Amino acid sequence: MADLVESFYANTPAFDDAPPPTLSPEDRSRLLSSFYPDYRPEGKATLKVGPNKGTVVPQELADVLEARSRLTSPRNLPENPDHDVDILILGGGGAGITAALFAAKEGRSVLLATKLRVGDSNTVMAEGGIQTALGEEDSPVVHFRDTFRGGHGANDPSLLSVLVAEGPEMVEWLVSRGILFDRDPQGGLSLRKGGGTSRPRLISAKDYTGLELIRVLKEDVVNAPVEILEFSPAVELIAGPDGSCAGAVLYDLDSRRYIYVKAKAVILATGGAGRLHLAGFATSNHFGATADGLTMAYRMGIPLVHPESFQFHPTGVLFPSEMAGMLITEAVRGAGARMYNRLGKRFVNELETRDVVASAIIRECAEGRGVKTPQGTFGVYLDLVSIDRETGEGTVEKRFPNIVKLMKRHHVDPTKKPILVYPTLHYQNGGVRIDAKTRTSVSHLLVAGEASGGLHGTNRLMGNSLLELFVFGRRAGMEAVELALHRPAFSWKESSLSHVDRFEKDLTAAFAAEERPMAPVLFPDYRRKES
Amino acid sequence: MDNRIEKNETMVRVSINGREYSVPQGSTMVQAMWYTGHEVIHGVGCLGGVCGACATVYRIEGDFRLRNALACQTLVSEGMSFSMLDSYPIQRAHYDVAALKDPKEELFTYYPESATCRNCNACTEVCPQGIDVRDSVWRANFGDFKAVADMTFSCVMCGLCVSRCIAEMAPHEIALYARRSYGAKELPFPPNLRHRLNEIHSGTFSGDLKRLEALSPEELKKECEVRS
Repeated sequence: MADLVESFYANTPAFDDAPPPTLSPEDRSRLLSSFYPDYRPEGKATLKVGPNKGTVVPQELADVLEARSRLTSPRNLPENPDHDVDILILGGGGAGITAALFAAKEGRSVLLATKLRVGDSNTVMAEGGIQTALGEEDSPVVHFRDTFRGGHGANDPSLLSVLVAEGPEMVEWLVSRGILFDRDPQGGLSLRKGGGTSRPRLISAKDYTGLELIRVLKEDVVNAPVEILEFSPAVELIAGPDGSCAGAVLYDLDSRRYIYVKAKAVILATGGAGRLHLAGFATSNHFGATADGLTMAYRMGIPLVHPESFQFHPTGVLFPSEMAGMLITEAVRGAGARMYNRLGKRFVNELETRDVVASAIIRECAEGRGVKTPQGTFGVYLDLVSIDRETGEGTVEKRFPNIVKLMKRHHVDPTKKPILVYPTLHYQNGGVRIDAKTRTSVSHLLVAGEASGGLHGTNRLMGNSLLELFVFGRRAGMEAVELALHRPAFSWKESSLSHVDRFEKDLTAAFAAEERPMAPVLFPDYRRKES
Repeated sequence: MDNRIEKNETMVRVSINGREYSVPQGSTMVQAMWYTGHEVIHGVGCLGGVCGACATVYRIEGDFRLRNALACQTLVSEGMSFSMLDSYPIQRAHYDVAALKDPKEELFTYYPESATCRNCNACTEVCPQGIDVRDSVWRANFGDFKAVADMTFSCVMCGLCVSRCIAEMAPHEIALYARRSYGAKELPFPPNLRHRLNEIHSGTFSGDLKRLEALSPEELKKECEVRS
């Protein structure tokens, strides 16, 4: 493979450092509407069933929203549930773990069920950092304005206000748990620049931010009075009295049996959808990111907000192909990395918002200025060498050790050679509609983290998702405690899967004889199809 | 990483869990398992080299040495035989970092085995992240938790060091304890965070945030349009 890499790089052009064209607001919107996948008509479907009927979404998402249940009819619950708890948390990433830690503190019985191991999530992969307004010239108000502008004004202000106001407290909590963020010479948290922001506001743990967070919080949740079920993804929510939520059905991946859980409050923290590979894009997401939470909530009749909006992160690795989709953090562009096309020219300001930068890369490749890989795909150069040139030898190695390690393993030394990149499916901007207490339209069902929607509008700024996990993870945990304390006793006999029956009836009515896929899909199937 | 493999007609012979297969050159170990029809659930997490789920043991034909790697990060080669080590049993300390009084002393309460390192260096040799694991254990024993934090920051908690340790300790858990203690107990609280928290608690920003929240969508858009 080293030979292939060497022959590929033999054709690298000389880079011209002339500044890229500046964009007017009109240029930006033209660029987005012409090239950003969200605004393109190809590969879309109009939902025919459910609370978002009539909304146009990516075909792959429609396929999991308008899908049949894994549980076949007749859907009867067993005589007794396998577990009866106060709080059931679905998902073991950053939001689920945080919710569990805060709920368990209050003495409620907590069961956390997750698809893979606790911590296997998009959170652990986060490289860049957490956005939190700590600078002298900065404030939660400026953070609010930047995020709202970055989200194209589609953000829910009541969620955003909570995010920026409670962010610093959550960072205090993380520091007190022993998370090692990078420090400045005065011992303060180092603040870095991200795209689309007016102030340096990112705190990070080198480029291992998510790993550092998960290593520590996983140890805490394992040591907390929380019952943990791994390899047990949820496949259906259970309905209770008066259209409430009363638990969930889990699927034990090893025994292949269903596990029935009765709960006074349920927190959905199932994360994103990258492994659906919308429009054929590679993804930076973990193996289990298949929109399961959206599928289950949608069947219960809960509206999704901005289900058509996804973040295609501009800089996913394109070559060598075994790394396809792996993220190169935006922080490298904040630190001065530059992008060049096949002609060696810069083509966009690297610190525009993610959707604009991604669109510009797609444009370069569509208009013949992309760099061709041995696979026949096209990308652009992301050059980190300029960071060392401008900030001093060794900066890349010091600030981005993970990227250097991962790329070198595959024979590309990013301190010497540019990385070939193309946008990668990174984040679900929208999700289940929640209010500031993480409540949904179904009582006793809360949602936190990437599965929820509204906070980021239609374009998320770097570092706001990690902050969201902690701010709204805690809110969900605390709200679940309240709900569990005050919920009148109800019987398992009042619980059912009738909402699933109803949804399937609607499906049959809308699609007639057309076969519908089954969801949650749980994992992508990468096994070779032909024998 | 997904199932895209560099166009390559060359096939290599590998053995997966003791069974022989032919797979395209340029595949990672995980891609080779998918290619041969394995459903991989235990042993796959992030597919990006940071979650530590895919610790794997392998040998190359003709070489007696036993090697280890992360399966999502390692390309197969001719004559390679490998098996994934889905989970390696470990004993983890039950502690609350906030309640530690003398973390350097308490290390020997929670991980008494850390003092029994016999310097064989097998942990360092096996680490897929290139960490000097042996040295980190000694630094922890000597109470230099800052050094442990610096040395082990790239640890993905895969546990391969445990699989080789003749003193049967869990060096990655010891390093986690040392890093957390250093962060929570030794490092001073960040002054810029303290300052901002004080402002928030005295309500400095709540008026402005309330005002923004109360604006109509159009007014809010206009207000946020320009970078301040």
